[in-house]
Amino acid sequence: MTLESEIKSPSEIYLSGISAGHVTYQHCDRCAHSIFYPRTICPNCGATELSWLVSAGRGVVYASTVIRKRDAPYSVALIDLDEGFRMMARLAPVTQMLIGARVRAEVDKASMQVTFVEDVVEA
Amino acid sequence: MSSSLRGATSIIGIGEAGIGRAAPGMTPLDLMGQAAAAASLDAGISLSEVDGLFSATSHYAMSSMEAAEYLGIRPRYSDSSNLGGASFVSHLLHAAMAIEAGLCTTALIIYGSTQLSDGGKLVTASAPNNYEVAYKPRYPVSMYAMAAARHMHEFGTQREQLAAVAVAARQWAILTPDAFRHDPLSVQDVLASRMISDPLTIADCCLVTDGAAAVLLTSTARARDMRQPLVPVLGVGEAHWHRNISQAPSLTTTAAVDSGFRAMQMAGISVGQVDVVELYDAFTINTILFLEDLGFCRKGEGGAFVENGRIAPGGQLPVNTNGGGLSYCHPGMYGLFLIIEAARQLRRQAGNRQQQSPNIALVHANGAVLSAQATAVLGTAATL
Repeated sequence: MTLESEIKSPSEIYLSGISAGHVTYQHCDRCAHSIFYPRTICPNCGATELSWLVSAGRGVVYASTVIRKRDAPYSVALIDLDEGFRMMARLAPVTQMLIGARVRAEVDKASMQVTFVEDVVEA
Repeated sequence: MSSSLRGATSIIGIGEAGIGRAAPGMTPLDLMGQAAAAASLDAGISLSEVDGLFSATSHYAMSSMEAAEYLGIRPRYSDSSNLGGASFVSHLLHAAMAIEAGLCTTALIIYGSTQLSDGGKLVTASAPNNYEVAYKPRYPVSMYAMAAARHMHEFGTQREQLAAVAVAARQWAILTPDAFRHDPLSVQDVLASRMISDPLTIADCCLVTDGAAAVLLTSTARARDMRQPLVPVLGVGEAHWHRNISQAPSLTTTAAVDSGFRAMQMAGISVGQVDVVELYDAFTINTILFLEDLGFCRKGEGGAFVENGRIAPGGQLPVNTNGGGLSYCHPGMYGLFLIIEAARQLRRQAGNRQQQSPNIALVHANGAVLSAQATAVLGTAATL
């Protein structure tokens, strides 16, 4: 599914996707590279013909850390999405997620944050 | 491939000031003034001879202009390029090129910060990346923590090995009179320290101090007639692949593989010829990553390499002989202090921590979050 929008800036388009509950990313029409964070030029080949796609929100934990704030700790991670891009996000629950675990995205429209939770694969 | 830059310039003056906690009301420029005066005295030249000025700070966007005004210098070559903590090793390359091209004769590289006195938080002038800031990672420690976590996952690196880096740094600092920390530190102490961002504890993190540093550089031909032992710049290389950690192609291999190769190629040396290493230990994981990427050990073997005192006083490879960012000082951007300690070792002016007859020092600086990497090879008259 492709998103169409009259809004011009990459960050506005991304955030409008978050408001609709989606993780969106860009696809380079020239070299097929998946691009994140969103921008105006492909960092792989320099093309400006970029399309917006909605991610299925599934991927793997590449790295994570638990930030030990006084009130409540929380996990921040780098997630490799199956579509071939990496993003920073939250992880839940806080202490149990291991690098290499399969995860899926949950978008919190209120906080505009993406949190990844364990993706239990059905047999 | 030879380069006309190899050995063309030499360090003639070094100076530091305000290491630790500066007097109340001191600005970064006040400390820079003191450091510049110290370097001028060390070199035996007046600052009026400086015609090339190189600076980067977190406090001042137009650093070279601020420093020049404060010091009463009117440069004909001015450089405020900023690669974070790696700026100053990169400035060595820029200064060498400017001197070799005849665009200036005497370069001053200068830095200062009052980040401890200003409240103890790391000061950064950088606009945030909204795709990361949204998740409130602790900048920069969480980024390095993720690199450490990935290294542990890929290679089985242990927290005890990270701790060994901190212990070695403290042992060097204990030999260094001006170091900020002299209290003993054990692996158990590190493991029991307060966790900041897993797996890094407060003892895995660099200090937060005030401090300023200044280095004077001129042509080797001029330097031979000056009062200090010759410290020629044999090679410099720089590289960066990302700025933000979520864009790093790898969290376990850094662009130090490129900057180190370039520096050693210009110098015409191999890693086996390095006598002493000064590298940017903002966090314990850095030492492991850079020793691997610079070629002292294979990728993934850095944890074992830093154990059992190998990089501590008396070990096979002296690393961060003043205690580094972990125990000597860390006023926000540490890169210039690496150059100064390397020069002290090469001049045989390092007191109780002096290594026996070092001729080649490898200086490696890091900027932002394992982002910019800059490496320099410094030598002695014997290496020319």
